[in-house]
Amino acid sequence: MALTIEEVEHVARLARLNLPAEEKNMYAQQLSSILDFFTILNRLPTDGVEPLAHVLPLFNVMRADETGPSLPRDEAMANAPLAEDGQFKVPKIV
Amino acid sequence: MELYQYTVQEIGEMLARREVTASEVLAASAERIGRVESRIHAFITLTLEEAEKTAKELDARDEIGGLAGIPCGIKDNLCTRGVRTTCASEMLEDFVPPYDATAVKKLKAAGAVMVGKLNMDEFAMGSSTENSGFFPTHNPWDLTRVPGGSSGGAAAAVAAGEVFYALASDTGGSIRQPASFCGVVGMKPTYGRVSRFGLVAFASSLDQVGPITRTVTDCALVMNAICGHDHLDSTSLKVPVPDYTKDLQEGIKGLKIGFPREYFQEGVDRGVRDTIMKALLKFEELGAVVEETSLPHSEYALPTYYIIAPSEASSNLARFDGVRYGYRDGNARDTVEMFSSTRARGFGPEVIRRVMLGTYALSSGYYDAYYLKALKVRRLIKEDFDRAFERYDILASPTTTSTAFRIGEKAQDPLTMYMSDMLTIPVNLAGIPSISIPGGFIDNLPVGLQLMGPPLSEATLLKAAYAFEQATDYHLRTPVLEV
Amino acid sequence: MTEKYEAVIGLEVHVELKTNTKAFCGCGLSFGALPNSHVCPGCLGMPGAIPVLNRELVEFAIKTGLALNCKIAEFCRFDRKNYFYPDLPANYQISQLDLPIASAGYLEIESEGVKKKIGINRVHMEEDAGKLVHQGSIMTTPYSLVDLNRAGTPLLEIVSEPDIRSPREASMYMEKLRSILLFLRVSDCKMEEGSLRCDANVSVRPRGQERLGTRTEIKNLNSFRSLERALEYEIKRHIELLEEGGELVQETRTWDEDRQVTLSMRSKEEAQDYRYFPDPNLPPVIIDPEWVERVRKTLPELPDQARERLMSEYNLSSYDANLLTMSKDVLDFFDACVAEYNEPKLIANWVMGELTRLLNQNNMEIKDCRVTPSSLAAMLKLMEQGTISGKIAKVVFEEMFNTGDAPEKIVKDRGLVQISDESAIKAIVDEVIAANPKVVEDFKAGKEKALGFLVGQVMKASKGKANPEIVNRLLREELSRP
Repeated sequence: MALTIEEVEHVARLARLNLPAEEKNMYAQQLSSILDFFTILNRLPTDGVEPLAHVLPLFNVMRADETGPSLPRDEAMANAPLAEDGQFKVPKIV
Repeated sequence: MELYQYTVQEIGEMLARREVTASEVLAASAERIGRVESRIHAFITLTLEEAEKTAKELDARDEIGGLAGIPCGIKDNLCTRGVRTTCASEMLEDFVPPYDATAVKKLKAAGAVMVGKLNMDEFAMGSSTENSGFFPTHNPWDLTRVPGGSSGGAAAAVAAGEVFYALASDTGGSIRQPASFCGVVGMKPTYGRVSRFGLVAFASSLDQVGPITRTVTDCALVMNAICGHDHLDSTSLKVPVPDYTKDLQEGIKGLKIGFPREYFQEGVDRGVRDTIMKALLKFEELGAVVEETSLPHSEYALPTYYIIAPSEASSNLARFDGVRYGYRDGNARDTVEMFSSTRARGFGPEVIRRVMLGTYALSSGYYDAYYLKALKVRRLIKEDFDRAFERYDILASPTTTSTAFRIGEKAQDPLTMYMSDMLTIPVNLAGIPSISIPGGFIDNLPVGLQLMGPPLSEATLLKAAYAFEQATDYHLRTPVLEV
Repeated sequence: MTEKYEAVIGLEVHVELKTNTKAFCGCGLSFGALPNSHVCPGCLGMPGAIPVLNRELVEFAIKTGLALNCKIAEFCRFDRKNYFYPDLPANYQISQLDLPIASAGYLEIESEGVKKKIGINRVHMEEDAGKLVHQGSIMTTPYSLVDLNRAGTPLLEIVSEPDIRSPREASMYMEKLRSILLFLRVSDCKMEEGSLRCDANVSVRPRGQERLGTRTEIKNLNSFRSLERALEYEIKRHIELLEEGGELVQETRTWDEDRQVTLSMRSKEEAQDYRYFPDPNLPPVIIDPEWVERVRKTLPELPDQARERLMSEYNLSSYDANLLTMSKDVLDFFDACVAEYNEPKLIANWVMGELTRLLNQNNMEIKDCRVTPSSLAAMLKLMEQGTISGKIAKVVFEEMFNTGDAPEKIVKDRGLVQISDESAIKAIVDEVIAANPKVVEDFKAGKEKALGFLVGQVMKASKGKANPEIVNRLLREELSRP
């Protein structure tokens, strides 16, 4: 299950990871061998098995529609790498 | 005996009797840290000044008891208000959360004295703490070896006597495996037993918070403090918390212990297998009924985990983009570039690998073959355990496939590193509780014994662990760090 | 051209719900508050924060599903929709994919006198993103600012079946949907403010063909009018392209309000892959029949039912009934007024006429206005008694609207009581006749219009207070004398 460089680039784009060119091959190889390893699962028939998305038999966990504490503005913004007028500042969005 | 060598229980009693003050205990820990930390490198951040304030306040109180006044360390993926929480990543090197994780809050309410934040594999992804974005931690038993991961700093700090206990997290064995490598006790509670609020998420359906301690009794004491329902965590169980110390000494006569044969096969070092088989004999001496059993889908646990965990992680780590906190590449011309460059630089290679793996497994065309398939196999693995627990009270196995390996030994090939998790991972997939305790030694390196139980069976696990501990002297052995 | 082709339209509507708190955290909903002042670790996407579902969101969703004749799911679940955008704090949105809370419903519109059901494919719960502020347009701004107050606001997404066949039907669908949501009081449904958003999917096909044509999606529709215009434009564009033999691309287009055209939004990037998977932090929701019934009992009378009632009980026309049932507040006002003064047609006229005019002029909502159902009823009673004429009533009404005073007080304070004393009016009539001999002659010569002038003069002399009926009668009597 060899991953091509194009596939690695596609996944990196989806994941917003700007991989340096020299590392793409390394990741392609490593990911390919891990994906190869996953093929062992194909040996196991799972037709009719319900996927286990939640391991606990919990349902309907809800809270009342009452306000709780919000963060004071200065705390909310304290870790901002760049801010202006109490808002997070980002470069232009394409 | 020096102060730092006592257990949580012992120090707690001494504090309660006013034989010693919290400030004195802290000073002892601080001194110990001063002596050994330069060789262990367990801490990312030390908070000794703040700890001194806390200790002083506690000493001024009329009464002190329980966990109050006892120095501890917190794994650096648990948010601590006002104290930087890095997850051992450059992405969060300067992140200071304005909130405490619930488990941390509970410890603080119990009077815990936090001395610092402990090193780990970056974002909890790893089995050796070599993936820390800052530096590796060294195993106190042999400084050339890894302490395990991802809670390597926590296990090492406890084993070296730098702290009396630590709070850590376990997603695929991250508490139990380092506990095994460092010869200490580590427990992963039932999923939902301890709140995950404030634990930086790696794989939300697998993560749990738990204690690392030197003895089983200490573990029970910390469990008493951190377990319980939290309205801030929708996956938190609304089940009352028993006193985990109450029945520790009950003994295990008639306890039915199964050992799954799949956990004793070739992938596990011969020496480890033998050590644990010997340990099982000890259980029989203590009156338990020990029998071989089978968890037939065991071999599928590793690939299942390595699909589910990275998939959830790829989504959980998407928030790290440089917009609202953390590292940002300020040179980017637009947001796509900013996100991509920030993340590529802020994350280490193992994190990148897993985010890519997870993104791939969830992506269009592959979701059914990977993620959905893994969720189905997960059910089969859980059902294996359900069936086993119809016959047995608990299951026993080695915690790890080997003793602590050398720093750098497995770092080359990710897959080899992943393989070393194979004995601890199934527990997280099933959501059941598990504990690792010292089970023996090979060439002066600890071998961990893992006990697993049905959901909410922590008391039984602790009882069995206690019986074994008291019948052996492994828990009394400590690494020799002085020259 | 349009006879040859048929338009196939589906609408995706997002509704911002008026709960007290956000979908998955306890932050209050804010309008116009200081940026980033209603946020917490959860809606800031901070590490270690996890969601807790707001019960009211589920209640509103069930309510809406029932009002749209949907089947309410017994088991539903939240999924993560993963994509990167600066206004999305965790770079994923909690939504519902496979198991939405409601599905297979419909709403009814009336198109040219014919009732038509538009299918509702699904209703699902999700959370809103934050707000982006640009310097100028998003295309040219050098930077953007992110305010996360809105992030996490509960939304319902309502997706119609592609049963809509014209731009007019589309806006009728929106009007009906909007009034249903207003009646349920789950949202204030203001498209201009963004609490009601609409994206349209449109394709065309030759009439009679079953296969659907290539579909385009239109975004950035800020009013019902934009929706209609954009659909008209896009349908025309599709048809022209097909007639030329050109190729229609399946894509997303944005409506440019200034230039009144749709523009392609195709970017260099690939299509989005949202990598949906069930959110592990949120246990599923099981809705048993008892819960559904409990909610069903709280359903108010819905617009269609109210329309029927107004038409059958009060004999109002369907036009009037439609207008009166566009908003629950208007309907409540109307009903309350009729309860005090049983002249529904008259009240309807006043509500749809003068009251609406004044509300629009002052940019106000009926619930905020100073006229009450009681005061309107009282004023109409004064009219009935002959205390004021219809014309004077308009003056009184406007004063009621501006001051909130009772009609009796206004009439008294401004001396607006209608003069119905025949002898007093006769005196004025005599004066006016005497003062306008030429006009009188014209009238006697057959010019009916001349009467109007004379009536006007009498009204003027009486400062509008003379009872117009009596004025008319007396004038005619006098003028018919030889």
